[in-house]
Amino acid sequence: MVLMKITFPLQRRVRLAQGLWLLSWLSVLSGGFLFCLGVYLKTELIRRAEIMDYTDIHVVPNILMMVGLASIGTNWFASRVCQDSLDATRFPRWKPFLLGWFAMAVVLCSLLLAAMVLCFALILYFLGNGIRFYRDTDVPGRCFQKETIDRLQMELRCCGNNNYRDWFEVQWISNRYLDFTSKEVKDRVRSNVDGRYLLDGVPFSCCNPASPRPCLHTQLLDRNAHYNFELQTEELNLYNRGCRQALVEYYMGLMNRIGPGVLSVIFMQASVFVSLRYLQTATEGAMALENPEDDSEGYLLEKSIPETIEDCKSQVLTLLKLGPVDPGDAEAPAEDKGAADAATSG
Amino acid sequence: MALMKVKFDLKKRVKLAQTVWFMYWFSVMAGVLLLTMGLFFKIELRKRSELMDNNESHFLPNLLIGVGLIASGMNAFGGKICYDSLDPSKFVKWKPMLKPFLISCVGFNGLLLLTAMLCFLMRIPLQFTLAEGLKNGMKYYKDTDTPGRCYMKRTLDTMQMEFRCCGNDNYRDWFVIQWVSNRYLDFSAKEVKDRIGSNVDGQYLMDGVPFSCCNPASPRPCIQLQMTNNSAHYSYDHYTEELNVWKRGCREALLSYYGGMMNTIGALVMLVTLVQVAVTVGLQYVNTSLSTLANPEDPESESEGWILEKTVKETFTDIMDKMKAMGKGNQVEEGGEAPVATVS
Repeated sequence: MVLMKITFPLQRRVRLAQGLWLLSWLSVLSGGFLFCLGVYLKTELIRRAEIMDYTDIHVVPNILMMVGLASIGTNWFASRVCQDSLDATRFPRWKPFLLGWFAMAVVLCSLLLAAMVLCFALILYFLGNGIRFYRDTDVPGRCFQKETIDRLQMELRCCGNNNYRDWFEVQWISNRYLDFTSKEVKDRVRSNVDGRYLLDGVPFSCCNPASPRPCLHTQLLDRNAHYNFELQTEELNLYNRGCRQALVEYYMGLMNRIGPGVLSVIFMQASVFVSLRYLQTATEGAMALENPEDDSEGYLLEKSIPETIEDCKSQVLTLLKLGPVDPGDAEAPAEDKGAADAATSG
Repeated sequence: MALMKVKFDLKKRVKLAQTVWFMYWFSVMAGVLLLTMGLFFKIELRKRSELMDNNESHFLPNLLIGVGLIASGMNAFGGKICYDSLDPSKFVKWKPMLKPFLISCVGFNGLLLLTAMLCFLMRIPLQFTLAEGLKNGMKYYKDTDTPGRCYMKRTLDTMQMEFRCCGNDNYRDWFVIQWVSNRYLDFSAKEVKDRIGSNVDGQYLMDGVPFSCCNPASPRPCIQLQMTNNSAHYSYDHYTEELNVWKRGCREALLSYYGGMMNTIGALVMLVTLVQVAVTVGLQYVNTSLSTLANPEDPESESEGWILEKTVKETFTDIMDKMKAMGKGNQVEEGGEAPVATVS
């Protein structure tokens, strides 16, 4: 009992081949689109590489680029197949490759889906603890951390990891710029166990330009330091968002724009897959007929799904059965050899 | 003696017409490109019109848009003529309007050249507009409660951060204006009263700059207040400190941004002019090669094509004579009466 049988007169076969040719060229374009997407994502990640210490996220754009290139190749192959499908002399040479093609298409689509899922999962893990290294502008390897974090806070309009108070718990001013002879510095350094210079101030990059008042970013917890300033009610002075949340939202937005594109690519690839299967079975059926221009039948699977699974299982078992049979064959020649040796020696 | 005469047989004519048709489609796209550039420039000017006192001249982008539209239209028309030139029956209906069309093409090329030169020259009025606009912008920085000016602070801050500049010419411009609103000054404090008393206009001037002047590349957290007081900050010398705030003035930054944009657009307009000249020459060849068929009935006969029928000098004297003749035509009527009057 065949799965999803459709009758194909010659005219319909021709139209199927033409439609499939067009569809496969569209899929080549979408493969190129995937590749470009992968390149774009990779450059975005490299730009933010210094504050993200989770380098495994690069696997996502790498997968996208690989799948893009592979899908260009496979869809070009599909277009060649349907060009030749209407010519009975040229079609048979593609036959052995078609099973491999179907397997490749399934692998590509599943890789793409895996990349999407991986992306969404990794986003929640990739943020780093960059603000710890803000002050180390003289430490090789970390000297650009300050500039990167300042630019990140200004660009994404965020402050600190979760909010601006994160800066109160970190020494973000290097010891080079602290006068250790002054009483104020000595008091602050002694006020905590680790001997760090902590203050109730934030870097200038936390300032919000939309504030009606010139930015106040030092002595934030001191009520008397600034005229008519109440930290709790002042909303526009500094950015309220934490950078972790801001980065997540930014990349979520990016994914929301890319997601539908990738899903439509998968859908197109699936339709190429189904159409090629129909074309293959219809053309093979037509070539087997006495008059190749007669109606033929196309189907997805020759037998129903349970029967096909049984078939596959038995094929795999036959392949495996070859294993135990071999030692038996090896023993027989060995016995003969032993008999021959015994004959010559005896 | 014709200018740049070339012999044509049928095959060569067909090839010429096809090449010129292809070039016309390319120049249609060039016309669309001009249109896009004009729109882009207009949008960029609009985005920052606050910083230019809403006074900026939109003449150049409007000209680019107009020229782009005309170029696209004329080139599409020229392409259609080339397409029809291969069919003698269709070409006949275009023949009478071909000469005026070619003359208008030449005129349009002159207009394109003028536009390109304008792109390079408009930098100068822009400089003055920017200087005026930025000065006023800084004056209104503190007026975040005045309707119509409440966004000046945000505009100026984002501009200084984006273009990496501070003040009009340099950061000291902020020292001579009051950029902190009176709402946030405690007039009972001694320090405020001293500062206000220290100048004629009663303005609260300070040696500090807004946070948007800060340079993130500085190894040290930004020092934006008490900048000229070396003792206020540890290990700080404001004469040698280079990376603390942006050193460039915003007028220079904006001018180089818009200047670069205009230079690029000007260069592209020059390229489009060259393409236009090429297609005009091509169309002239198509026209002349089809008009000088040795045997008008036989489409496969040989013909000649040229740019000008006579040399440049002779064509020029011809045009001058024609214009003089037109002018003399009026004078001869008057002169004819005078001799009659004197004779009799």
